[in-house]
Formats: sequence, C-alpha cells, structure tokens
Amino acid sequence: MNHTTHTPHTVNVDLKLNANKFNVDEDHPHIILKDHPDITEIKKLINACPAGLYKLKDDGSVSFEVAGCLECGTCRIVCGKTLLEKWEFPRGTFGVEYRNG
Amino acid sequence: MSEDKFDAIIVGAGIAGSVAAYVLAKAGANVVVIERGNFAGSKNMTGGRLYAHSLEKIMPGFAGKAPLERKVIKERVSFLTEDSGVTLDYTGFRAQMPHEESYTVLRSPFDRWLMEQAEAAGAQWIPGTRVDEVITEDGKVVGVQADGESLEANVVILADGVNSLLGEKLGMVKPIKANAAAVGVKELLELHKDKIQNRFNLKDHEGACWLFAGFPSNGKMGGGFLYTNQSSLSLGVVCGLQHIESSSKTVPQMMEDFKNHPLIRPLIEGAQLREYSAHVVPEAGINMLPELVRDGVIIIGDAAGLCLNLGYTIRGMDLAVTSGEAAALTVLHAKERNDFSKTGLSSYQTLLDESYLMKDLKQYQKLPLFLENPRIFNHYPKMAADFMADLFTVDGTPAKPLYQKVMSCCQKGGYLNLIKDAICGVRAI
Repeated sequence: MNHTTHTPHTVNVDLKLNANKFNVDEDHPHIILKDHPDITEIKKLINACPAGLYKLKDDGSVSFEVAGCLECGTCRIVCGKTLLEKWEFPRGTFGVEYRNG
Repeated sequence: MSEDKFDAIIVGAGIAGSVAAYVLAKAGANVVVIERGNFAGSKNMTGGRLYAHSLEKIMPGFAGKAPLERKVIKERVSFLTEDSGVTLDYTGFRAQMPHEESYTVLRSPFDRWLMEQAEAAGAQWIPGTRVDEVITEDGKVVGVQADGESLEANVVILADGVNSLLGEKLGMVKPIKANAAAVGVKELLELHKDKIQNRFNLKDHEGACWLFAGFPSNGKMGGGFLYTNQSSLSLGVVCGLQHIESSSKTVPQMMEDFKNHPLIRPLIEGAQLREYSAHVVPEAGINMLPELVRDGVIIIGDAAGLCLNLGYTIRGMDLAVTSGEAAALTVLHAKERNDFSKTGLSSYQTLLDESYLMKDLKQYQKLPLFLENPRIFNHYPKMAADFMADLFTVDGTPAKPLYQKVMSCCQKGGYLNLIKDAICGVRAI
C-alpha cells in the first residue's frame, strides 16, 4: 500500500498578522513577561498563543513580542501569574483593530 | 464625580452591551456605553454564526436591516483524519420562521450596526476609552473610572468580555482555568462570491456552516470550522487549553495544517487572507457562572461565561443578546422602585432562569466533561474514516461481510469504550 507523505507546511504567523491593523502602544506594553520564565511552563504559551508571540530562541531563552497581540487572553489563562508580570488590555484606541471580526 | 448620574453605565460594546443599551435607551433610561476600541466591534470576533431567535424578539425583522452575511441553509459535519474525511451533509430548504433562522456574521460590521441602533434609540456612546476601575462605596458599586475621570451610575453593567478583568477585580468572576477554556483562531479569507457559491453549491445570500472533528485540533478537545460569508470564508480552529503544553503542535500550526488538509485546500484556493483573529471560548457552561449580581452591578455576556458548547456548535452570541436584554429589563424594574441593591436587581437571575438560557445551560451541563474524553476527538474520527475506506476499497482480495468490517473498526477503540461513550454522549445531550 502506498503511503502518502505530507509536506509539512510550517506556519509563518507573522505573515498572517501582517494582514491585521494594529495601533501599537510603544510606551505602554500591556503584557509583560517575567524576567526568568520557567522553561517547562513557557511551553504552554509557545503552544497556545494564536499569534505565536512567545518563541524559544536557539540559545534556550524565550523571546516575547507584544506587538501583534490579538488580546485573546489565552496566555493569561494558561499561565496566569506564574509567568506574566502584567496582563491588561491596551489603553483605549490602542491594540488590534478588527475590520472583519 | 461628574454632575450627571446615569441610570446605567455599560462597559463594552459587544453584542451583550449594545443590546442592553438599546433596550434601556428605548425605554427612556439615561445610559452610556464605554468601549476601549475605536468603534463597536473593533475588538470582537466570532466563528461565526448568529442564531437569530433572541435578537428577533427584541428587534423584529432585524435580519432585513443588519449587516449579516448569509442565511444558513446547509450544515456539514466532518470527521477528519490527517488525509481523509467522512462528512454528513444536510441541506434544508423548508420555509423557516424568522426566529428559527441563523446567519453567518462578521462582528466588526455587525457590532457597529448594533451600537448604532442603541445610539439612535438615545444611548450615549464613548468609544476609544478603557474603563480602568469599577468604583465602589461601602461595598456598593457606584460608577467607573476611565482615563482618570469618574462617571457615576445607579447600575454598572459589565459586558467587558471573556477576560472580564473588572469582574475579577470585584471578586465576582473567578479567573478562567485552562481546563474550562478553549482558544479559537480564525482566518478571514476573501474569495469572490461566485466562487463561494459554486464551491459550496449555494445561491445568493445562502450560506453553509461546516464543522470538523479530529485532525484540526490535533486530537484535542475542539475542532475546525468553516463558514461562508458574502464574499469571504471564515476558516478556523478551536482547541481546548487543557494540557496544551503536551500538544505536538502549536495552535497556529494546527490552523495551518487544517488549511492544507486535502478536504479544505481546494475550497480556499485563490482566497486571500484579510484578517487573522483569536478569541477565548469559556467552555464550562453552568459550572463556571460567576456571581451575576451585586449591589449596583450586573454581569452579562461572555464576561458572565454565558456560553454553550454542544460539541457540534458553540453558542455565545444569542446568549449575549438574552443576558443584555435581561439586564436592561432588570435596571428598568429597579429604577421604578429606586432600589439598585442586590435584592433590587435580583430579577436578572429570575429572568435568566425562566428563559431558555439557564434551561439549556442546565440541560447540557454534563457535556463539557463528556467532551474532555480524548476518544471523541481521536479514535472516533479515525474509526469512521477507517470504516469508509474499508467499505469503498475494492482491491481484488475476497470481500469481508459488512458486519465484520464494522466490528473490526469498532474493535480498535474497544467495544466497551464505544458503548460507554455512546451512553454518556446520549445522556449529555
């Protein structure tokens, strides 16, 4: 029996986020990741964040980018205060602006 | 505090908030809606299908005026494995009453329209402003603080969404746990309306809703969805957040793989990505309800966790409408007697209890637990696909009788599990 091999399509989330309208509040990040996050705990954020904003870098450290946040709250639900210094909504007018939703 | 005291301040111009504002304003109450986004709907997304019944009751004939996408006439449910799918297809052309209809919808235009109706009815409207605090005095909610300014009201209605930070600060809403929540991601894919109608066998203004179990959520609780809009498709994945760390795929990767599934790819060919959005779905139903009322405050919509996950559909927006209406009627009632205490606002709970909303939440309260069973999203889609492959493959080897084919597919998941899950499933629904 022939087995079909699937080419994995590695996702490029940044490309998808480019389709969105954002008004980033540069001076007031609405989410702040703790300084030395627990690596096993952060696996939750890497897997769950729909915007792929939590990334494991080659050197084993974690990078987080607040621009591109879809304000869904997944990170605060899966990790809460164990990893996040702060989670709040962006100030009025800032953040993602859905034109379709 | 400013001079004017509102009858109600509503935080958030989603469906629940705007409906509450509309009902209040229409009855002549002095109401203001405060929204952090630049316009109503700018922070909101849905899968999205709106069941019309609850809004039809408040705004008869709304479907003729509101920016809806397509009227749903076609339902499909598929069980997907990595490279196959088994699909159930229902197309219904029987004439329906307006309250039986459902529509595909995009929240940005729809919520904007809904807030415009509230404004036209006399509601005041402050967009682009985040409410930072709910102000309490002697344990009673008396107003809100936003942008350093205070506004006073007899009642504050919290419609601030599934992440109700304000409800949590008051201690009324418990923080959502990962095992009681899912995340939904959606790609809005623009496609010419003729192509949509050809690919899905639809006429003008007719729409299809299609749900997918198994492969899209990587065997975890959840699934995929595809809704046809006027000239776009809403394609997405919902995935339970419990044990997400052990998933072999990230959520965005699930979305990407779903897009590339052989059943999906031809349907979206040539479509352009116009938006990528996400939303948390509260999944625990009645087991997760907050304290709905306190002195001077009512919680509605997603903020109150009002969501029904039935496995084959997730309902939130029709519940948001009903809770918004119930809150508005409660405030009007309280205004007549000038009693805005918890007791004075207790008719909110009564109105919800008497409506389909609480009855449905009670009816389906065992379903979230049932849906935590990994076999539902793993074994059974595969079982269905294996059976079909067996049934339709003719390869020249002597054929097995049909019952043997059925039995051999069932055996893989274990007969006892199958019987147990069937009984639990039937009881949960």
